[in-house]
Amino acid sequence: MENYIITTKNLIKKYGIKTAVDSLDLNIEKGTIYGLLGPNGAGKSTIILMVLGLTEPTDGFISVAGFNPIKEPLKIKRITGYLPEKVGFYEDMNAFQNLEYTGQLNGIPKKELASKIEECLKIVGLEDDRKKIVKYFSKGMKQRLGIADVLIKDPELVIFDEPTEGLDVEVANQILETIRKLNKTKQITFMISSHQLNLVQRICDRVGIMSNGKLIGEGNVKELSDSIFGGNKFQIEVDIIGDIQNAAEKIKVLKGIKSVSITENSLLIGTDEDIRQEISKAITSLDNVILTKMNIKDFSLEDIYLNYFKEV
Amino acid sequence: MRSILTIYRKELSDYFSSKKFLILLGLVYITGLTSIYVAIQNIRVAAQSSMDSLVFLKLFTTSGDVLPSFLYFLSFFIPIIGIVFGFDSINSEKNSKNLSRLLSQPIYRDSIINGKFLAGITTMTIIVSSIILIIAGIGLRVIGVPPSAEEILRIIIFIVICICYGTFWMSMSMLFSVILDKTATSILTSVAIWIFFFFFVQIIASAIANAVAPLENATIATQISNYNIDLGIKRLSPSFLFMESITILLIPSGSHLFLRAVTTSDISNMILSPLSLGQSLIQVWPQIIAIIALAIICFAISYIVFIKQEIRST
Repeated sequence: MENYIITTKNLIKKYGIKTAVDSLDLNIEKGTIYGLLGPNGAGKSTIILMVLGLTEPTDGFISVAGFNPIKEPLKIKRITGYLPEKVGFYEDMNAFQNLEYTGQLNGIPKKELASKIEECLKIVGLEDDRKKIVKYFSKGMKQRLGIADVLIKDPELVIFDEPTEGLDVEVANQILETIRKLNKTKQITFMISSHQLNLVQRICDRVGIMSNGKLIGEGNVKELSDSIFGGNKFQIEVDIIGDIQNAAEKIKVLKGIKSVSITENSLLIGTDEDIRQEISKAITSLDNVILTKMNIKDFSLEDIYLNYFKEV
Repeated sequence: MRSILTIYRKELSDYFSSKKFLILLGLVYITGLTSIYVAIQNIRVAAQSSMDSLVFLKLFTTSGDVLPSFLYFLSFFIPIIGIVFGFDSINSEKNSKNLSRLLSQPIYRDSIINGKFLAGITTMTIIVSSIILIIAGIGLRVIGVPPSAEEILRIIIFIVICICYGTFWMSMSMLFSVILDKTATSILTSVAIWIFFFFFVQIIASAIANAVAPLENATIATQISNYNIDLGIKRLSPSFLFMESITILLIPSGSHLFLRAVTTSDISNMILSPLSLGQSLIQVWPQIIAIIALAIICFAISYIVFIKQEIRST
């Protein structure tokens, strides 16, 4: 338990008759980047609110860095930075003044505050915009200012709700790079709620998939793909024209084949070895079947995610 | 306490640098100076016709042929000042998506509403007391009669009542800023309630009193009943309570008419003398307590609703 910064056991949150979070058992290791995935209404934001002590669980146990969010919310907020999906700043104040206000609310001594702000602005690359009024900031700049805002308090845990939503690819990459760097250099634990799967896949050490308030899958991408796709080393995708059923039957009997599934004009073949040559021979030996494409498919988080929701 | 002070200082600096503060200040100063001009023009006649010696207070209560007194202006403007400082205090933070970020800082949630409330009261106190003191200063210079100790005390109590009254309107509009998400809706609701209390309650009170105890060919008992019903209903309005209390306080010689039902024969039999400060305070105490209680109730509801509210960033 000491290794975990967030621990929940049988955590439940109900709004009237609707269960937003249902019997959640979650453990997030210190120093990792954890991605929380799920469609809208899956319960991600409710978990974040409970972690920050901004809403009370209906039942169950929750601990953040060893503190109880309901009894000790200030202790948690002192070490936790939160960047909401739609971050707002005082638009008529400049970047420095906004961070100064956050610093004051965090009780950072005046003599340390200015240098702390400069350091945070430098980390996010806004040091030249410190005196710029926030209403003239682009969305990407505001998001970067948001990261600086959470860094002011030297957090152990940072929670990001859709950190790259609505940003162009370049800015999104910069933000992800900053997150990765902070994780490595400052050992900050990140919990990222997002539905941008490719971005989450790139930086998260572990991923939790939420649906209807339940954690339906958890692990790193490899563990998740193994649990869904049977742990095959290779997934070969074959596109053909002709009698696909006949082709599937022919491939199933080949040595090393673990699974064959049919989707419209494609076959998805699970194997432990790269036997593309054998597959190619088997298909071309058939009459009325033309092989148009064959490639080894990598499992992306998106495949895993879609598969989960297909099953759900 | 540190977080309340941080929020208080920030809100105070926001108010002082805001356009709404400057507009309100300008508006109150212009009307205040207009009313002192009117008062100075008419104060000699008013002082001669009055039986009390509290001439200095007439600066605030003397009206002209067309323009009303400063007292009337103030009763009109204080609710506006209160509403302006409260109507968007919480929902503007929600709409600008600042509230989620603010709540994730290591501060108790009530620090936000307490800090804003205290900053609003401070700003209102500065506006109200500065205009009253400016009028007193100009009056002192022009009429050349210094205020007596009793007059100074009455003016101080008058300022306190004005602040309590403004606090009620601010608490009420703050309540709407907590429960309503749109700032436009919260200001409209506050203004609608102000119009109701300021204008319509008087009309409704008269209509009900006349329906229950018609004055046509009425006996003295019916007239008194009519008066009591009318007064009872009017006293449901904080605006009326305010007017009643400051009138008793600043026009001690004419206050008897407020205190109980009188007939023409009563007045002719009365030996009308101004109320002393102590007597005036005894008379206005219930009104002041009622205004303070209303302010506390509105703030308490805002506080509880805000503490219980779940704030999401989306």
